[in-house]
Parts: sequence; structure tokens; C-alpha cells
Amino acid sequence: MTTRVTPPPVGNLAPAPSAVRRLARSAERVRLPRQPLVRNLIFFVLGGAFFYVITVSVSAYNDFQIGEIALYAVVLAGLSLLTGLNGQFSLGQGAFMIVGAYTLALLQLHAPMNLALELVIATVVAAAAGVVVGVPAARLSPPYLAGVTLLLALGLPQLADQYGSVFGGEQGLTTTMPVAPGSISSEQWLAWIQIFCAMVVILLLANLVRSRFGRNFRAVRDDAVAASISGIHVARTKVLAFAISAGCAGLGGALLALSTGVVNVGEFPLSLSIALLAAMVLGGAGSLIGIWWGAVALVYVPTWSTSLSKHLSLGTSAAAYLSDAIFGAVLIVAMLVAPTGIQGGIRWVLRHLWAAVTGAPDVAAAAAAGGGATPGAPAEIAPVAIAPARQKGRRARAPAVHPHIWHNAGQKGEERT
Amino acid sequence: MGFFVDVLLSGVTNGMVFAAIALSLVLISRATGVVNFAQGAMAMFTTFVAYSLLVQGIGYWPAFVVAVAIGFVFGGVVERTLMRPLHGRSPLNPVIVTIGLLVVLEGVAGSIWGNTSRKFPAAFSQNGLVIGTTRVAFSPFDFFIVGAVVALVAAIVALFRWTDLGLRMRAAAFSPEVARLLGVRVGRLYTLGWALACAAGSLAGLLIAPLTSFSPYYMDLYLIYGFVAAVLGGLVSPVGALLGGLTTGLAISFAGGYIGSDVEPVAALALLLIVLMARPQGLLGGSAARRV
Repeated sequence: MTTRVTPPPVGNLAPAPSAVRRLARSAERVRLPRQPLVRNLIFFVLGGAFFYVITVSVSAYNDFQIGEIALYAVVLAGLSLLTGLNGQFSLGQGAFMIVGAYTLALLQLHAPMNLALELVIATVVAAAAGVVVGVPAARLSPPYLAGVTLLLALGLPQLADQYGSVFGGEQGLTTTMPVAPGSISSEQWLAWIQIFCAMVVILLLANLVRSRFGRNFRAVRDDAVAASISGIHVARTKVLAFAISAGCAGLGGALLALSTGVVNVGEFPLSLSIALLAAMVLGGAGSLIGIWWGAVALVYVPTWSTSLSKHLSLGTSAAAYLSDAIFGAVLIVAMLVAPTGIQGGIRWVLRHLWAAVTGAPDVAAAAAAGGGATPGAPAEIAPVAIAPARQKGRRARAPAVHPHIWHNAGQKGEERT
Repeated sequence: MGFFVDVLLSGVTNGMVFAAIALSLVLISRATGVVNFAQGAMAMFTTFVAYSLLVQGIGYWPAFVVAVAIGFVFGGVVERTLMRPLHGRSPLNPVIVTIGLLVVLEGVAGSIWGNTSRKFPAAFSQNGLVIGTTRVAFSPFDFFIVGAVVALVAAIVALFRWTDLGLRMRAAAFSPEVARLLGVRVGRLYTLGWALACAAGSLAGLLIAPLTSFSPYYMDLYLIYGFVAAVLGGLVSPVGALLGGLTTGLAISFAGGYIGSDVEPVAALALLLIVLMARPQGLLGGSAARRV
């Protein structure tokens, strides 16, 4: 394995001016709070403010689209956790969205109550459906898991047709948009609700990632046998991850039902489930920031492909095919070329910029931080043992996989020297 | 009684086409451990090529042969370009790539040929045979399906069991390193395995197309039923694929006939889950030892 190597001299990068370097050093001293909850709350407030500024300054239609981005971010957050952190994946997120959407519509139809309560119930019901699917799925390896969830995405919509008297058949059920208070436009109010849900979900998941559960998820992903020897209940951990991702999909589905005003299975085709997977891979599996790239793609790629097919005069029906094909191509290209997705690329660029500015090679620490989020990429072997002073600050970002997970033991141990 | 027999017979026919897809999944899975979710879409694509040739006025059998040949080449190309670079990575990656390929192919086929449901011609009459005075749900074309799939399985079994090439393929699947040390070109055999599987998949696509409304999505459900059949058979043996196909076909046919055609996918899901919970190694598969 790797041996300890002294940091190579920085010859290929131009030495940064000392003023910039000093600025970078002082920026390094300003650290975010170590407490994950406090740090995540800061991000929560900043993100909320960011979205508030955007929603009040754009048109109602754009508000509607921003709301859609937020609701897809909810779905993708769960999927990203499932794949990036737990190494499972699902082609059935569309099916769980159906569960959430129909739960909301049925509640509004038969037992109307507070919207927040309805959304919570929709989430819980979808999470329960996730447990039902997750219990057998937890025993399966990726190809089987793909098959089971693919069948779920294809089969569940047909049940809605079979029991048309309950689920409204092909027309589906209608939902009522929440009434906006005061002079706020209804699109803006809906967008705020959706953004708020997205921020809360991401806050909760960001904390979960840092908790014991998040550590267990990663341990199971990296080596199920070692994790079980370390006292982690592997199946329960996998089912929990599956249920959380299903709950996120259910909430997203319920929010989508609010946006569209109508729930029918035609809105959740198999291609939606696959597009969700593609968007998650595009953003970068396991990254709670990366999901926003994926969510933007989910909303805007269909729009762009419509205008592109108009531009190429392909006819109206070609637009849908084009956007499907784009998402498929994204899956292939991302897996072959950039398994860490957009966020992985951004991290790579930032890491090298940072190294150039501060004049210190920082590859190992950043690789440790980035490598943890990559399900598919081979574990990067950190070639350089870094000075303890730098390591101390970075440690909070290193993946919390314990050194006693054997096949990683050598390299993880070295990173900590 | 008549209804029961009809359901039974259509179950056998369905089972045979599921077996053909299961076989094409098994051929890849036993060699490389990858389940090719793009198999259905690849078959759909070659069948559309055959359809275009038929519309051009070329006869049925030349179009049939061309489609299978294109499937053969297509499979090899996909293995070389998309699967080979992923070799040795986490098993998640090839699965995701095949799913991406599935969507790309459906999108491309949709933009070339449109989403209208068409009728794909059958090689033989699709009218049920008349036995005595009653017409049963089994046509000459169904005979052709059963015969073609049984012949395909027999050919694959013979290839693996009695030829030098089959021995090499088994060796490469069983232990790639040792096979390579003994001079077997393992990479080429992977390519060949994909090519054979996709040729078999093309055959399945041509057999299925007349049974259903022919559109870019017509293989979606059949692929997944074929997957269920392959899992039932243990994902390794051609004979297992055949038996798994028959079991799945009958189960789905009876669920559809006696409950309603909309529950067919859910019945398949239930069957798949029961098998995975009770016998994860499939009905025929032996228990696999795993080194940790």
C-alpha cells in the first residue's frame, strides 16, 4: 500500500502573490462552527434567504418553476442519500411519488385537514411503503434491486387503473392549492411552501448524514460484512435508508400534486423514475448540494428539449423523446466519465484553486472529503500524508468510516497520521 | 374449462417469449455478472429496423435474419464501448449504464419512428387452431414461438456443453484469471457473450412484436417479465431460464385471466419477491459461496 511520502514541491503551479496567500490564510482561520446542527442551520437560513430574494424578484411562472425545482430537490435528496451514502439505488422513486401524491389527494377528498399535516401523513405513508419494499430489497444486490424497483415503477400505476373507483382511474383525483395569505400570488405562496419543505428535508438529512445513522449507512455501503461484525444491523440500516428515500419521494410527490392540481398515474411514468436517477447521478450521488443541479436539470431539460426540437423542426412529440434521451445519455456519460457528477467536478476545481492560492498541496484531504461521496468510483488512494496542522481542521470533513473496516484500514489510517 | 385451457395455452406462449428474454439476460449475467436492462430496448430497436425493411418491401425472412445479425453486432459494440471501461468498478455502475442505454434507445426510436402503435406482421397465421369444433388460443405462430425458443435453448446448451468455444466461455465465466493464464482470450469471450445474448434478444423481440401493439415501449414489460423469469431460473443456466419463463408465463397468464390484466405486473412483482425471499439463488441454482 502507500507509504508516507513527503509533500512534493509545488513546481507546476505559479506561486501565488503573497497578499492573496495571506488573505487565504486568514480566510482559513474563519471556520464554520464544528457543531453540524449549528452549521446546517446557518446554511438553512442562507439558503432560505437566497430563495426568498429570487422568488420575489421573478415572475409568477418562474416562481412556479422554482417551486418545482424545490420539490424535485426533495425527491433527489432521498435518492442521493440512498445511493451515495448507502450504496443502494432505486428505479421506483416515481412509484413512491405516486403513493405520496395519492395520499394527499385522498386526504383532501375525504378528510381535509391542515396542509402541513397532510404533507406529513403523505410522507409517512410513502415511507411505510418504502419499508414494505425495502425489507425484501435490503437482501438484494444492485441488479436485483434494479429489477424489483423497475417492476414497482411499472406495476404500481396499473393498480390505480385496476381500482379506479378509489383512485379515479385515468382522470385521477384533484387537489386544491393552498390559499395564499394577503396579496401574495398563489404561485409564490406555493413556491415558498415547496422551498420550505425542501430546506427542512435537506436540513434533517444533513444532520442525519453526520449522525450515528449516517455513519452506519456509510459503513454498510463500504463493507456489509465488516459493518455487521462491528455491531451494525445491516438489514435494518438498509431498510431505514430505503424508507427515508421513499418518504422523501412521497413528500415530493405530494408537493407535485399541489403544483399540478391533479393526480393521475400518467404524470409518473417510468421515464420519470429514470430521469430522477439521472438527475441524481448528474448532480453527484451523496451530495446534498449536488441535488440542486439535478433538480434544475429535471425542470429545465424538458423545456430546453422542446425548444431544441422546435429549432430542429422535429415535430411536437419528439420533444419528450429528446428529453428522455438526454437523461439517458447523461446516465451513460456520467458513469463512464464523471461518476462524481457536477458537484464532484466543482469540488475538484475548488480543491485545485485552493491549492494554487495557498501554495500547499491539499489533495489528500480533499480526496478524502470527495471520495466519500462517490459510490462508483474506485476508492482513491491518498498518495500524500499531510501535515497534522492542516489535517486538524479538515478532519470534520473526512468520511467517518472507521479504520477497523479492513480493506480501507491501511489508507484511512495513513490519512490520519 | 375452455377458458382454463385458453389461459393455460397463452401462458405457455408467454412463458416461451419470457424464456427467450431470460436467456439473453442469463447469457450476459453468467459471463460478466451484469444484468442488461437495455436488452429489451435493444431488441425493440432491431425489430424496428426489421419493420423498416419490411415496409421497404423486403421479405419477412430476410428482415428476420438481418435483425438478428444487427442484434449480434450491436451487442458486441455495446460491450466494447460501454461495458469494458466499467469492468472492475462497483456493480452499480454497469446497471446504471444499461438503464441509460434503455432510455436513449427508446428516445431515439421514438423520434425516428414515432409513438404510434403499429402492427408487426407474424411469420404464420395468428388465428387459433380448431380442435374438433372449438377454437383454442394456440395458433401456428404460437407453435413457431415455442419451437424457436426451444431450439434456441437447445443450441445454447449444446454450445456450452459440447464445443471448445463453449468450454472457453464457461471457463472465462467461472474463473477469469485462471482462464486467462491458460490462454483464453477472456475479453473477446465477454464480447461474444454480449453479441450472442443480443442476437437472442433480437429474436425475442421479433417473436413478441406481433403479439402486442408495436411501439418504442413495447418491450418494457416483457423485459421485466423476462427478468423475473431469469431470477426464477437462478440467472445462470439456460434450462433454468426456460423453466423460469414457463413458470412466470403461467403465473402471469392466470393472474391476468382470473383477476384482471392490470394486476399482471403486480403479480410478477409478488412472484419475484416471493422467490427472492424464499430462494434467492433461484429455483434451480445451487447455493453460491461468497468470499469476504
